[in-house]
Amino acid sequence: MTKDECKKVVLDIIADIAPDEDLGNVKPEVRLRDQLQLDSMDFLDIVMELRKRHGIEVPEKDYPQLASLDSCAEYLTPKFDALAGKS
Amino acid sequence: MNTRSHYDVAIIGAGMSGLAAGIRLAHFGKSVCIFERHNAVGGLNSFYSIGGRKFDVGLHAMTNFVRPGVKGTPLGKLLRQLRIERDEFALCEQQQSRIAFGPHGETSLRFTNDFAVFEGEVAQHFPAQADGFRQLVAAVRTYNDVSLDTVAVSARTLVRQHITDPLLEDMLFCPLMYYGSATEHDMEFGQFVIMFKALFLEGFARPFEGVRVVLRVLLEKYRAAGGERRMKCGVQKIVTHAGRATALVLEGGDEITADHVISSIGAPETERLVAAGGAEPPSAPGPLSFVETISILDRQPAALGWGSDTIVFFNDSAHFAYERSTGQVDTRSGVICIPNNFDYGADRVLPEGIFRVTCLANYAQWAHLPEETYRADKTRWFAAVQRSARRFLPALASDDALTVATVTTDMFTPRTIMKFTGHLGGAIYGSAVKHRQGRTALGNLYLCGTDQGFLGIVGAMLSGISMANYHILQRGPS
Repeated sequence: MTKDECKKVVLDIIADIAPDEDLGNVKPEVRLRDQLQLDSMDFLDIVMELRKRHGIEVPEKDYPQLASLDSCAEYLTPKFDALAGKS
Repeated sequence: MNTRSHYDVAIIGAGMSGLAAGIRLAHFGKSVCIFERHNAVGGLNSFYSIGGRKFDVGLHAMTNFVRPGVKGTPLGKLLRQLRIERDEFALCEQQQSRIAFGPHGETSLRFTNDFAVFEGEVAQHFPAQADGFRQLVAAVRTYNDVSLDTVAVSARTLVRQHITDPLLEDMLFCPLMYYGSATEHDMEFGQFVIMFKALFLEGFARPFEGVRVVLRVLLEKYRAAGGERRMKCGVQKIVTHAGRATALVLEGGDEITADHVISSIGAPETERLVAAGGAEPPSAPGPLSFVETISILDRQPAALGWGSDTIVFFNDSAHFAYERSTGQVDTRSGVICIPNNFDYGADRVLPEGIFRVTCLANYAQWAHLPEETYRADKTRWFAAVQRSARRFLPALASDDALTVATVTTDMFTPRTIMKFTGHLGGAIYGSAVKHRQGRTALGNLYLCGTDQGFLGIVGAMLSGISMANYHILQRGPS
């Protein structure tokens, strides 16, 4: 998986969790929290949707890695690749 | 179908909070079953039919209404968490509401879903209090009201730091207490903040078809997520072992097991299930109960000259007493609700007029009356409650105008509430002591709903969501 594909996965999840947010101009390097109205409940949902849809586990200590789209891609892409390698 | 004997999570009660918890858990792959002793969902916010007419119970108005685009409020949070689209609830806004105090409502503060209207009314009727009111609003806006571990502080004490006119103080407390206080005289400040935001900073709305729209949406989400429910299937007993709930004994005798149990039926009511065998529950039932009269009219209430008020909170006395009624009913204060006066859009009106009045009542004085006395008392108090409320609405053209327009009536009492909701003492708002974290004496048994302490319809759903998140989903994979 490319990092761009990974960002798309995260954006798709956010679009479902927060359909009232405009995701057209999300800057990948800026913290999601600073450009979208996302609270801790929403971040919990991002983590849980990753598990539900893609089988990706994000332990609580790693939640800060999901701060921006760029950091999501850095952190999650290897996890997606590892999963793909297994199957 | 529905014959499993083990679930990840068992939920007791299919009210708003239990359904919301169930949706969250089922959505994230937990096997969930809701056990409901009645044939209908909704609990305290339900509806019933008599003679082909559907009557809402509980819901006067959905509080916490904000318009699309307003974010970070309870309504938005619950829509997101339950994956509900705004349009599904089809909420219609109130026209206007009032707080009317004095023997005939001489002092009246109007409010709408636009907070500036209320601010203006306070400034006009209480000019000396306007600055204090602004400070109070600022304190409300900055208070962290969703924290699950706040320290209880008296709202009266804090409000008096800003509001020095006792009349205005009582007028602010009256709606907040009537719409969600389980305690007499005073509230915990956190609860005051939640209610102040819900009623004044946010606002009132209602689906055209009433509470059943909300319930229909919740049921559909729950079903689609794979949740199960068993209706007419109450829980008789919670079996415990070594500080945990190990099984639920259902009415009828079947036993089921679950890793987690969430109870929405109230703290003392849940303790009763744990201690089934006759021991008195240690938590006291709430002190406050209510009666409500409902009149169905052959015309829109506005046609009687009653104007466009949606809700009117009234009090005729020098001091507003939110307390257990000493008589069967306390008609000094109450709430009028006219569901016709939501703005349903051009050319859309409810087919019949509805006029509802709620007053405080005393459970013990209604609970054990012989049937004949009970019926006679209901008739007598029905008239007294309506007479009291009418003082706060424009006078009718003739004294019998309401009677002439009335097609049918109904009334609920504390006894009705106890019978249909199971809330001990007919306490709609539950026990005076709340359990914000939802913990009980048992490690895997949690409370949600009324006795967790987020009240109102939106609060109830958020309670179920919060408890499902906090105790089960945040713990990661099991």
